[in-house]
Amino acid sequence: MKEKRKNKVLMSGNEAMGLGAFTAGCRFYAGYPITPQNELTAYMASCMRLPGRTFVQAESELAAINMVFGASAAGFRTMTSSSSPGISLKQEGISYLAGAQLPAVIINVSRGGPGLGNIASSQSDYFQSTRGGGHGDYFTPVLSPWSVEEAFNLVILAFDMADFYRTPILVLADAIIGQMMEPINLNRKPLIRNRKPKRWSLTGAKNRPPNIVKSFFLQEGLLEEHNLLLEKKWQKIKLREQRSSIYGKKKVDCLIVAYGSQARIARQAVDVLSCQGIKAGLFRPITLWPYPDKALKKAASLARKIVVVEQSLGQMVEDVKLALPNKEINFLGKTGGGIPSSLEIVKFVKKLTKN
Amino acid sequence: MNKKYNRPESLRDSDTHYCPGCGHGIIHHLVAKAVDELKIRQKVIGIAPVGCAVVAYDYWNFDVCEASHGRALAVATGIKRCRPKNIVFTYQGDGDLASIGAAETLHAANRGENVTCIFINNACYGMTGGQMAPTTIIGQKTATTPSGRDPFAGDGWPLKLSEILSTLKGVCFAVRTSVSNPRQVHQAYDYIKKAFCSQIDKKGFSLVEVLSPCPTIWQKTPVEAMQWIETEMIKEFPLGVIKE
Repeated sequence: MKEKRKNKVLMSGNEAMGLGAFTAGCRFYAGYPITPQNELTAYMASCMRLPGRTFVQAESELAAINMVFGASAAGFRTMTSSSSPGISLKQEGISYLAGAQLPAVIINVSRGGPGLGNIASSQSDYFQSTRGGGHGDYFTPVLSPWSVEEAFNLVILAFDMADFYRTPILVLADAIIGQMMEPINLNRKPLIRNRKPKRWSLTGAKNRPPNIVKSFFLQEGLLEEHNLLLEKKWQKIKLREQRSSIYGKKKVDCLIVAYGSQARIARQAVDVLSCQGIKAGLFRPITLWPYPDKALKKAASLARKIVVVEQSLGQMVEDVKLALPNKEINFLGKTGGGIPSSLEIVKFVKKLTKN
Repeated sequence: MNKKYNRPESLRDSDTHYCPGCGHGIIHHLVAKAVDELKIRQKVIGIAPVGCAVVAYDYWNFDVCEASHGRALAVATGIKRCRPKNIVFTYQGDGDLASIGAAETLHAANRGENVTCIFINNACYGMTGGQMAPTTIIGQKTATTPSGRDPFAGDGWPLKLSEILSTLKGVCFAVRTSVSNPRQVHQAYDYIKKAFCSQIDKKGFSLVEVLSPCPTIWQKTPVEAMQWIETEMIKEFPLGVIKE
């Protein structure tokens, strides 16, 4: 037992995501300062200066994502991180990564918007994250952690997924997840998959025809063909990568749907409600795209009421409505850095279940 | 008799889409010839820009990467830092390098990234129909300066990026040349080769600016376009070594 305790480390979500990237074999990181993710850049600055790894403080978010584009084209595991306004800037590059089929991991420790907004936790980047975000016909798979340990594990998964599907993967954390400190268990050695050689990468045309990395298809019909090829990939991801978790009883009066830090708060509300004799459950999507609609349908089939709680004016609620067209969906949200507390959720649910 | 001028191995046997009298064909050839001469075809990685040379990968016979508009030197940074043994160069136009990508250019140069930048200056945006570029010379008529570039009307002065970059410690080699006559073409070839050599010797950022004709946008014949470089452009952009 003592041995095991040794490997428990107290760290912030930002640091844990940095450690996740390092563990997954990230070879190149570029970032630009922005709150509330600065601890992540600082963590990378210390660990990515070891031999064989590269850290670059880029001159802008645009430069950072394009450096990642280059490192990925060269065949290396690579990552950048930022917070909401910076992610808006990176979206152009993410679109190019998706078009050129390059793997990369992008972390968004999101904050309030629109505009410069504020630096408080917010979930108002849901649309931007799950609807492609940049220009063109594409999707970015989105992983959303609700704890520091899960943040660590999801970053490793993101690298594996990026390489397997040859596409950029977004990890959408929020300011609370980035800033809060929790112990993480480093006993279990994480499994790193998909380490196959990248034959498409740019290494110099030695003993092979030249490789070209591009997302440009000018001739008539070629882009359509390319996009349909990508569509097959999106469908495959939709089929295989839906992830979610459920907390509480199966048959409930009220099913709360929330993700990220808001799901942590909702879990507390579920406990309080249970003590007060109201059967409540929590459905938490871990992948925001693809949205785990199959699992949600199943969970919702045994629920009388559905409540979606978000740190926004209502973004994920649209995916819940799409998944459950015949259910009445109730929404509780706060914007601009406001966070629906567990007591507010309890009050909202109690009022709803009374009727 | 020996055949002296062959198609370089680094140039594919294909027709280009460039307009008659365009400078890109010549400069593609010079880059390919330098790559062959230095025997680096198997380790060179080029970065094609957004602009007329966007499909340069259809003409060069080595690994080439795309970059979004202006970001070629950021992409080059990513590649070169991961693969320091490869020879990495960008091929960029004036709008790409000196306007939308000015920040990426300045900072890659300032970090002393050990890459080579081939900067094609044709004083306009060619691909999009001839708008004013940062390098458009005073009085030059373009789609967006119909009565000629006027710095006092808010159009700004021609941006001399090579001179600006030459003040940075990270830049080891900065030259300006043209392809307006055979002597200059040879000179351009020598400069490109020198720039690659300085990268091989790990000296830092190397830059070769090439004044290049765009007869279509300038509304001139190919011969007139070459003459215009020598009579007008060179006055604004003097040729020679800026830093070595």
